Amino acid sequence: MPQLRCPVCGLPVEVPDDALPGELYEHECGATLELYETGNGLSLRVFEGLEEDWGE
Amino acid sequence: MPTALLVYDVARLDEKLLLDRMRRLFDRVELLHLPSAVLEFTSRGGLVGADIAVQRSISFYRAVTSTAALEAQGLRVVNTSHAILVSGDKAVSTGLLVRNRVPVPETLLAYGLESTVKAASLLGYPVVVKPVQGSWGRLLALARDEEELRAIVEHREYMGALYRVQYVQEYVRKPGRDIRATCIGDSVPAAIYRVSGSWITNTARGGRAEPARVTPEMEDLTLRACKALGVEVGGVDIVEHPEKGLLVLEVNAVPEYKNVMRVTGVDVAREIAEYLYGEAKR
Repeated sequence: MPQLRCPVCGLPVEVPDDALPGELYEHECGATLELYETGNGLSLRVFEGLEEDWGE
Repeated sequence: MPTALLVYDVARLDEKLLLDRMRRLFDRVELLHLPSAVLEFTSRGGLVGADIAVQRSISFYRAVTSTAALEAQGLRVVNTSHAILVSGDKAVSTGLLVRNRVPVPETLLAYGLESTVKAASLLGYPVVVKPVQGSWGRLLALARDEEELRAIVEHREYMGALYRVQYVQEYVRKPGRDIRATCIGDSVPAAIYRVSGSWITNTARGGRAEPARVTPEMEDLTLRACKALGVEVGGVDIVEHPEKGLLVLEVNAVPEYKNVMRVTGVDVAREIAEYLYGEAKR
């Protein structure tokens, strides 16, 4: 997995090789990040948080 | 060899465990990450190809709509869009459960403040007021008297049309726990107690999971509840009423099972994967 960076603080984020799009990471800067597919690989974006219709 | 599609949005431990078990059985498992996906109702050919799909979206609306789109392309999806839709609405699912003679707590619907007060007086306080759509125990309210009920309903009347449907239910004095039973096809491989000092026992709200023995009565009730809603893989919430016995609260059509696996030792993810594999080979 190429090294990914936190879009909030710019520091590197450790993402395992078998990570899937949709996985969430709590970064040391306090941001919750979501792994997503860009079309050219994986990247990180700020997780938008729980939605009203989420859950079981 | 069958192929499968895992439809999801957030890759939780539940989804990763299921993916791992599916990869052990299926020739190929594709991922459909809904936040990045484009789905077509009218197929342009080969957009989505698999023998079976499993719906694991944490979002109710994404789960229903993406399943409907995949079904339109001829894909077999577990659970079906109809099962997810009816399970996601407490009023609709309660109606189907009652029609199919599945015991539920006494429940009334009301659409205005005064009619809700009347409904509560018919049940007797305390009553539980629930949104007809909602998850993880959100916005459940306990009204111990008319004053509290009026405050709850008045707040909800400002929250939009969905919250003006008042689902009013008898408060069951349960023994500090309720039951989550897992249904997969025609079997109930595991169940847990969700133990809490609070009247809300969802593990998402701090309830502690403990293993429960699947009794014949629990198994029968779980299977009948899932069948009533057309749910193949489901989590059935059951409450122990001190006089009426086991009653079904609701059926979850995209159930979480990591806590069930952790405390019971039953590999629910593997059992779901095996069910999907069997269905795909049909």
